[in-house]
Amino acid sequence: MKPAAFEYERPSSVDEAVAALGRDGAKVLAGGQSLVPALNMRVIRPERLVDINRVFDLDNVAETDGALAVGALVRQADPRLRRHPLLAQALPHVGHYVTRNRGTACGSLAHADAAAELPLCLLLCGGSVVAASARGRREIAASELFVGPYTTTLEPDELVVESRWPLDGWTFAFEELAQRHGDYALCIAAAARRGDERRIAVGAVTPAPALLDVDSERPGESAAEQVEPWGNLHASSAYQRQLVHVLVDRAVARLA
Amino acid sequence: MIELVVNGRSYREQAEPRLLLSDFLRHTLGLTGTHVGCEHGVCGACTVRVDGVAVRSCLLLAVQTDGCTIETVEGLAVDGELNALQRAFRQCHALQCGFCTPGILMAASQLLEGPPPSRAEIADMLSGHLCRCTGYEPIVEAIARVAGT
Repeated sequence: MKPAAFEYERPSSVDEAVAALGRDGAKVLAGGQSLVPALNMRVIRPERLVDINRVFDLDNVAETDGALAVGALVRQADPRLRRHPLLAQALPHVGHYVTRNRGTACGSLAHADAAAELPLCLLLCGGSVVAASARGRREIAASELFVGPYTTTLEPDELVVESRWPLDGWTFAFEELAQRHGDYALCIAAAARRGDERRIAVGAVTPAPALLDVDSERPGESAAEQVEPWGNLHASSAYQRQLVHVLVDRAVARLA
Repeated sequence: MIELVVNGRSYREQAEPRLLLSDFLRHTLGLTGTHVGCEHGVCGACTVRVDGVAVRSCLLLAVQTDGCTIETVEGLAVDGELNALQRAFRQCHALQCGFCTPGILMAASQLLEGPPPSRAEIADMLSGHLCRCTGYEPIVEAIARVAGT
């Protein structure tokens, strides 16, 4: 199938990009690994695409203010991302070798697929995104960003220019089950630990990735009690709940 | 109008924004070695290299490759002779119908330019390529043979 017609714009600066996004019916084209399939299948028909692939300022990774700051053009395959311990574990699960070559970390966050790895990771490590528009810039915490499947609190005219991944002493364990390696997850569970502090997040079993307050005596079981998976073609609701139980326990055990 | 280099040859062609790179290569340039399977990024058959990076050509717009250098399966052979990877595919029976092969060859070409991949890394790369004939083992064998692993 082929995309419907659209206007194509290729800005070379963030200012030009946000100006273009201020017009009606505009959509950001970054890596395109989720957007272009949706165009091909005509699930979406934007009036204009704003291709940010030549806004070279956005291809930046830096350690600033105790966080790894990742620009909007940084690809999932970029080895600089592995400097964050959680990303180093999660990225091999994101898509495939060839799609990681093109797909961007920030694009995955803005797309907010409920079964995607990176939104859950940003939530678990307490990260944020920086969104730019003609009105200025604002930082949005992961806990305020993800609303539901493909739904965030970003405005249509906002461009995620950077994601921020705190490097503040947490250690992580990431667990995922998918039907085939690289497929969307049937369940994701990840645990974090810093001294006596603990965090647990689950994904693909909730409308958006969720932090859970689990009973430390029986973490998997208590996590499973807190989710209401929808189930899908490949996994019933009951099976997904069982996966939460098993994967949370695995992640917690790896951090012990 | 876009200008690009494909397999060492320069082209200057019209492309409307919605034209996919896969269709541009096949229909506009007549390079039908790049195969189109699913057209939504799942099967991997359309994989080509853009500025050295293996990408799905069905998930790129032709206009995005203005000024880029592209390699397709037609560019692998040297002076009409199959390259080492292609010869290994033949020797290991790593293809049967051949539909998926161009995409796998292009992704494997990039993989082989890095540190020699382990069999696990080859399998990880192959997870993005559907092959319904071989069961994948001969493909892993062929790539590992070239890598010396």
